[in-house]
Amino acid sequence: MVNVSELLTYEHDVLVVGAGGAGLRAAIECSAQGLSTGVVCKSLLGKAHTVMAEGGLAAALGNVDARDNWKIHFRDTMRGGKFLNQWRMAELHAREAPDRVRELEEWGAVFDRTRDGLISQRNFGGHRYPRLAHVGDRTGLEIIRTLQDYGIHRGFQVYMECTGLDLMTDGGRIAGLLAYFRETGRFALFKAKAVILATGGAGKAWRVTSNSWEYTGDGYGMAYEAGAELMDMEFTQFHPTGMVWPPSVRGILVTEGVRGDGGILTNNKRERFMFNYIPEKFAAETAATEEEANRWLTGDSTARRPPELLTRDVVARAITREVNEGRGTPHGGVYLDIASRRPADFIRKKLPSMYHQFKELAEVDITREPMEVGPTLHYFMGGVRVDPDTQETTVPGLFAAGECAAGLHGANRLGGNSLSDLVVFGRLAGVGAARYVRALPAAPRVPDEQAATAIRRATDILNRESGTNPYLIQEDLQNIMGRNVGIVRSDDELKTALREMERLKAEAARVKANGAAQYNPGWHAALDLRPLLITAEAVTRAALERQESRGGHTRVDYPDERAEWLKANIVVRKGRDGMETRRHERPAPPKELADIAYAKIEDLEAAIART
Amino acid sequence: MPERRFRVWRGDARGGGFQEYAVEVDPGMVVLDVIHRIQARQANDLAVRWNCKAGKCGSCSMEINGRPRLGCMTRMNMFGADEVITVQPLKTFPVVKDLVTDVAWNYERNKRIPPFKPRPRGADGQHRMMQNDVDRVQEFRKCIECFLCQDVCHVLRDHDRKDAFVGPRFMIRLASLEMHPLDAADRIPAVRAEFGSGLCNITRCCTEVCPEHIGITDNGIIPLKERVVDRYYDPIQWLARRIFGRGGEH
Ligand SMILES: Cc1cc2nc3c(=O)[nH]c(=O)nc-3n(C[C@H](O)[C@H](O)[C@H](O)COP(=O)(O)OP(=O)(O)OC[C@H]3O[C@@H](n4cnc5c(N)ncnc54)[C@H](O)[C@@H]3O)c2cc1C
Ligand code: SF4
Ligand code: SF4
Ligand code: FES
Repeated sequence: MVNVSELLTYEHDVLVVGAGGAGLRAAIECSAQGLSTGVVCKSLLGKAHTVMAEGGLAAALGNVDARDNWKIHFRDTMRGGKFLNQWRMAELHAREAPDRVRELEEWGAVFDRTRDGLISQRNFGGHRYPRLAHVGDRTGLEIIRTLQDYGIHRGFQVYMECTGLDLMTDGGRIAGLLAYFRETGRFALFKAKAVILATGGAGKAWRVTSNSWEYTGDGYGMAYEAGAELMDMEFTQFHPTGMVWPPSVRGILVTEGVRGDGGILTNNKRERFMFNYIPEKFAAETAATEEEANRWLTGDSTARRPPELLTRDVVARAITREVNEGRGTPHGGVYLDIASRRPADFIRKKLPSMYHQFKELAEVDITREPMEVGPTLHYFMGGVRVDPDTQETTVPGLFAAGECAAGLHGANRLGGNSLSDLVVFGRLAGVGAARYVRALPAAPRVPDEQAATAIRRATDILNRESGTNPYLIQEDLQNIMGRNVGIVRSDDELKTALREMERLKAEAARVKANGAAQYNPGWHAALDLRPLLITAEAVTRAALERQESRGGHTRVDYPDERAEWLKANIVVRKGRDGMETRRHERPAPPKELADIAYAKIEDLEAAIART
Repeated sequence: MPERRFRVWRGDARGGGFQEYAVEVDPGMVVLDVIHRIQARQANDLAVRWNCKAGKCGSCSMEINGRPRLGCMTRMNMFGADEVITVQPLKTFPVVKDLVTDVAWNYERNKRIPPFKPRPRGADGQHRMMQNDVDRVQEFRKCIECFLCQDVCHVLRDHDRKDAFVGPRFMIRLASLEMHPLDAADRIPAVRAEFGSGLCNITRCCTEVCPEHIGITDNGIIPLKERVVDRYYDPIQWLARRIFGRGGEH
């Protein structure tokens, strides 16, 4: 029997789960508000996914093109998200991102500079103006290190290599988190008045992904089990350009910065195929010929943007089609060519880590040869449903921010809008949690049996005599998702996936990890199965429900956007007999925002210029 | 598929030894892939750290055939066809289990470094810095905290002077702060006293292993040492610098 009174126990006002950009920014805010704050994370500090972000963070600073403005950023974000975004979140994001970038600079970040010594900004897909503050192609490293080195002096406590398993609740309110230290295998009970989830996404449900082992949807799983709602889970972003060769690096990201800085996509006939895939909606703002696209690259402001910079969903589908119709490269991708577009020293200066990555891992010199690339599962637009202003979920005291939360990106995220999301909504989650904690009449208590149940479920995996290898179950799931819940989906395949998941759930109930609890990756992988399976099922059910194609969700059987589906977001929640989905009606947008988002770009820009 | 022989150190703080594994290796694989294959098929509980698999996070540091390296950036085809590959944890830090070491000391040291202190913004609300004034600082800020340089530095590795020297990683962090055009703090006395710049005798072993190719010694440590020397042995020049502004190196 588990004796809960003997558990390692820690107490904080607020516990932040996750130490990526969102978690660290939230913790900084909670500390600034005078709260006792703890942060738990699965890896060492500074290793969270945010460190891998390459291209930049989007904010309408207007340093490179003074015509930029939060309204245009907002409009781009809504259009990129196919208007399914939460309007208020897209507004807050576009308005506050510039302040958050300046704040990072104040905390020591050293972004690349313009000729006048200001923060430089680069072009990216779906953004009308050069908007991404960046540091070469290692922007995420700059951001996480800045937050880390600033954060360690703010007085919050970091518990590294500590994995959260279950949220604890007291009469429906958050009361804490049950976690274990990876190093020792010891369980720990974190008592907290509020919890902020900043656990990122769940790419590990697929085999070809740009995500690391950490991305097993723990935040989605924990929130779901605690009764919170998940939203927009059908919208999974396949980044168009992941590495395809060699097999062991398949899926590793090739930043969109390559295209932003002039790279083009060609098929095995060396045709620049993206000109054949320009959606009507974007035709007015996209170059019609190679000649025009080339003029844009030289800085001609009358030329329109090249089609390689269309939104990610469009480019990923185009690549899939080229490959499926036999126009792919030897390893099943397409070519991404910057070598013939830019001088070698420009490439090495602007894209040093891509240069390094291809040279070391694929023995390709990107200053001389094209890269081979193909789509890779990259990002979750969906996540825990939150209030747009406070980031609070439907469970009192539970907050979520960053990739773990839903709402800002709608059906498709623009590149660069995640890093800005982290700092904008990480901070707001901190503000929201502080307000909640202050208004709380009495500290909640963690019921002993909740903690005991969580511990028993975890230790059973080590204690049972025999059972399935956790790595094999994970692999099985990845193959099922790759085959049936990919870029293009159908009713049949989605139903097959659900059936297969029932089998996997049964196997996961019998999973066995060998060895002791001390730093045991097999046991960790086994524990990750529950949130992974919850996430995979949520994506599949939501995808089955949404009978249309929009953004990151494409159905062969419903190939077009359908107006009626713009009226609702799909919400997933734990019901009495398993997972339930429902349509959540979207309220009409505020008129001022609708006017901006639906305005003709010329009219909007003329109006901005007048003010 | 060719089979390769691996010797992997297995054990924990109480002790351990090398275990042999025969593993199939596919084209294009890196050492970390092989470790993962062993983990998935032969030793589920083999402990190793990793995240990005692309040399960006600095988690997968280990010693491969005696040299500190990132497992994810060490390709199998750099070894001879029937070379046995030996993998062990970083020697400079205490072993937790198998290939995982306790690097907490680094985090503690980092906390002691006086933080960035920005000067006020200009009248237009902007901070202005020219690109060529930040190139050097950006070079240092490429550091992924893999601690390979800490592992190889003989002051820490062989002489165990962790009490007296912060090691190359934090020397360049100090340098990145000292050379930051916006920074207004003074860390030079601490560089000498608390952080022990004098213990580095410029062997450049750290620079050799840095996967980010940061010029740790020549671009970071030596200029810091020069600033220490100026301050303590050439106060006039130091004073001039205080009066006429920073500068010197870019
Ligand atoms: C290769 C790559 C490149 C990218 N490039 C860009 C870009 O250029 N621009 C952009 O805007 N976006 C980019 N993105 C997306 C962006 O980086 C991520 O969406 C973002 O960093 C997520 O940040 P986060 O703070 O939400 O979570 P993360 O940074 O992923 O952090 C999650 C944290 O939660 C912790 N955690 C997870 N589960 C648990 C648990 N059970 N218990 C305790 N802790 C837990 C983890 O340990 C980690 O600390 C990129 C993504 C990838 C993979
Ligand atoms: S140059 Fe200095 S810091 Fe680097 S390894 Fe040698 S002694 Fe250590
Ligand atoms: S300086 Fe280089 S070797 Fe040292 S920790 Fe940083 S990246 Fe690693
Ligand atoms: S796994 Fe990130 S550096 Fe090797």
